[in-house]
Amino acid sequence: MTGTKHITIDGQTVPFEEGQTIMEAAAAAGVYIPHLCHHPEFTPHGSCKLCTVKVNGRSASSCTFPAAEGQEVLNNSDELNADRKRLTQMLFVEGNHFCPSCEKSGNCQLQAVGYHLNMLDNHYPHFFALRDVDASHPDVLVDRNRCIFCSLCVRASHQEGKDVFGIVGRGINKHLAVNSESGKLADSDLSVDDRAAHICPTGAILVRGTAFKVPIGQRLYDHHDIDEVSLGASHE
Amino acid sequence: MSKVRVATTSLAGCFGCHMSFLDLDERLVPLADVVEFNRSPITDIKHCGPCDIGLIEGGVCNAENVHVLREFRNNCKILVAVGACAINGGLPAMRNSVPLEACLREAYLDGIGVENAHIPNDPELPLLLNKVHPIHEVVKIDYSLPGCPPSADVFWKFLTDLIAGREPGLDYDLVHYD
Repeated sequence: MTGTKHITIDGQTVPFEEGQTIMEAAAAAGVYIPHLCHHPEFTPHGSCKLCTVKVNGRSASSCTFPAAEGQEVLNNSDELNADRKRLTQMLFVEGNHFCPSCEKSGNCQLQAVGYHLNMLDNHYPHFFALRDVDASHPDVLVDRNRCIFCSLCVRASHQEGKDVFGIVGRGINKHLAVNSESGKLADSDLSVDDRAAHICPTGAILVRGTAFKVPIGQRLYDHHDIDEVSLGASHE
Repeated sequence: MSKVRVATTSLAGCFGCHMSFLDLDERLVPLADVVEFNRSPITDIKHCGPCDIGLIEGGVCNAENVHVLREFRNNCKILVAVGACAINGGLPAMRNSVPLEACLREAYLDGIGVENAHIPNDPELPLLLNKVHPIHEVVKIDYSLPGCPPSADVFWKFLTDLIAGREPGLDYDLVHYD
């Protein structure tokens, strides 16, 4: 092929097309880079930082960083994975993630990244932040305790032309806001068929009546590492 | 060779992790050849002597939990957080979003079906902490075994690794947060 350009990831030669990010080139070549806020169908957000790689020795978010000829990318190194474990632990202590009582357990990408990184504890002191639950909608539940601010619901809803969700506030007061007069989900334009109702990587936005269709212990990440699931294209 | 001395306790836990430990079933027999139990609900010994391994189930929800946890740390060479509650507070920590006074009012004064409404205040009862905390916020923890509860296989892998002098590790199938 004439004109095919290449980068290397952990020494492996990976082709890319002009305009692709490192994440896109990696996924196309079957190389998993851990991530939570990235989704191939939406504009990159670059906020979770799990996909941080070393590009020619410098740290960069692979979901936003354009691939360029000759880049040497370091991805699956002990140092980067140790950083990713710490970032995941920060996400766990910042919210209130009680997996045993969460309907999403086993299908949760936050949990799955923890499993992938062999994260056995939370390391940091817990915030135990006060977060609201919005159970007003007949079909969809919002539990802000489990929100990791990936903004996938914000991006999905924006793409659908509804803009139901937004992320507002700063620091400990940052939270997922609902675009309606009352601030309640029931009064918003959200419908259960919206992509935004199904896109959440954690248990922060759940479709009611589906939680225990598959029993705990038989779910996606109970037996499959997220690196193989992620490369299987489906995020849901 | 002298036996490895193990102590166990349940703080703000449900004893589910201890029950899971007992799920070792027939593997308890070879384990008993190399391990002896010090303070534990299994032996009913009330205070922890010098031990090699301390297994802590549950988080810290009251003043007594703090004393017991410190006693274990002072006596155990290796202290292990066992299960979700020890690691992140778990189910008991879900009260952290409700002020303590409101919890007590609901449980002992205003709750449905409460008779002789009265908040228990016997001096023998340990005082509740404002919040439930994971144990690593109180003492240094050497290893953690996640799960609600961790399976018997997790206990087996961890203890046999440690007793054989290997660095303990859990493979993908043994790591669960639920």
